[in-house]
Amino acid sequence: MSKVALVTGASRGIGASIAQALGKDGYHVIVNYSGSQDKAEAVAASIKEAGGSAEVYQCHVQDFEAVKEMIKHITSTHDSLDLVVNNAGVTKDGLLMRMKPEDFDKVIDINLKGAFNVIQNVSRPMLRQKHGRIINISSIVGSIGNAGQANYVASKAGIDGLTRSVARELAPKGVTVNAIAPGFIESDMTDVLSDEIKDAMLQQIPLGHFGEVNDISEAVKYLASDSAKFITGQTLHVNGGMYMG
Amino acid sequence: MANIDKVKAIIVDKLGIDEDKVTTDASFKDDLGADSLDIAELVMELEDEFDMEIPDEEAEKIVTVGDALDYIEKLEKA
Repeated sequence: MSKVALVTGASRGIGASIAQALGKDGYHVIVNYSGSQDKAEAVAASIKEAGGSAEVYQCHVQDFEAVKEMIKHITSTHDSLDLVVNNAGVTKDGLLMRMKPEDFDKVIDINLKGAFNVIQNVSRPMLRQKHGRIINISSIVGSIGNAGQANYVASKAGIDGLTRSVARELAPKGVTVNAIAPGFIESDMTDVLSDEIKDAMLQQIPLGHFGEVNDISEAVKYLASDSAKFITGQTLHVNGGMYMG
Repeated sequence: MANIDKVKAIIVDKLGIDEDKVTTDASFKDDLGADSLDIAELVMELEDEFDMEIPDEEAEKIVTVGDALDYIEKLEKA
C-alpha cells in the first residue's frame, strides 16, 4: 500500500516538481490545481509515465468548503493521508503605498488562509491515524522582507508562525509540521522578473547561482522521510546562503 | 445502542483506556488522562456521532463523562 500525498498548487513551478519527486518516491500523489487543468493533468501523466501513481483534483485553497470536500474525497478514497504539502501561492507585487487592499487580501487568502484551510481539514484524519507530515512552502522573504512584496512577505511570515503553532498542537499525536523557505529558485514565479533584478539577486547568493525546483523538492522528500522524524516546527531555508538565519 | 454506550465507545477508542474507567463521574482530564487536544478530538467525534455542534463555550463546561451525556440528552430533548 503506497503512501498518499497531497500537493496544493501542483500544476506548475515548485509544486509540479514536488509532485513529481514524491511520485518517484513511491507516493500516490494528488495533484491539486486551481485553474490550470491541462498542466495539472500533464504533471499527473508525467508521474504515471515515470511508473508512479497520481490523480488531479481542482480546488481553490482559499475556499474552505471546497477544501473540506477535497480532503473528504481523499480520505474516503484512500486508506490514509500521509503527507500534505501546502505549496499553492501567488504574488501580486507593488509598493505598499500603491498596493490595493484587495491585492493584499487576495495574497493572504490564498497563501496563508489557504494553508490554514488545508491544515485544519487534514489535522483530524492525521490525528486519527496518529501520524502525518505537513510541509508548508514559505519563502526567504518571510524572514528578510522584500520591497514591493508586503502582502506576499506578510503571508509567508504568517506561514512560518502558523507552522510553529500547529507543530506544537499536533506534536503529541506524532504529526510533524515544518516549513521550507526557498530562496531565489528558477521557476514560473521568478521568470517574470527583469534581468536587472535577477542580477542584483545573484550578487546576494554566496553559492553564486540560482536554485532549481529540484532543490526544493529534495528538501520536501527529506522532511517527509523517516530520517526527519524528530524535526518539527522548523523552517528549512534552501537558498544558496542568501539568508543564514 | 444507548447514548451512554455510544459515548463510552468513543472515549475508549480515542483515549485507549479500559471501559471500566469510563464512569459518569470520571473527569476527562483528571481521571482519564485526556489533554486539551484529546478533548478537542472527543468533542468533534461526539459532534459527528450525534450530528450536532457543540460551541466552544459549552464544550468548556464538559468536564466529566456525565457532563457530556447530560449535554447530549438535553439537546436531544430540545
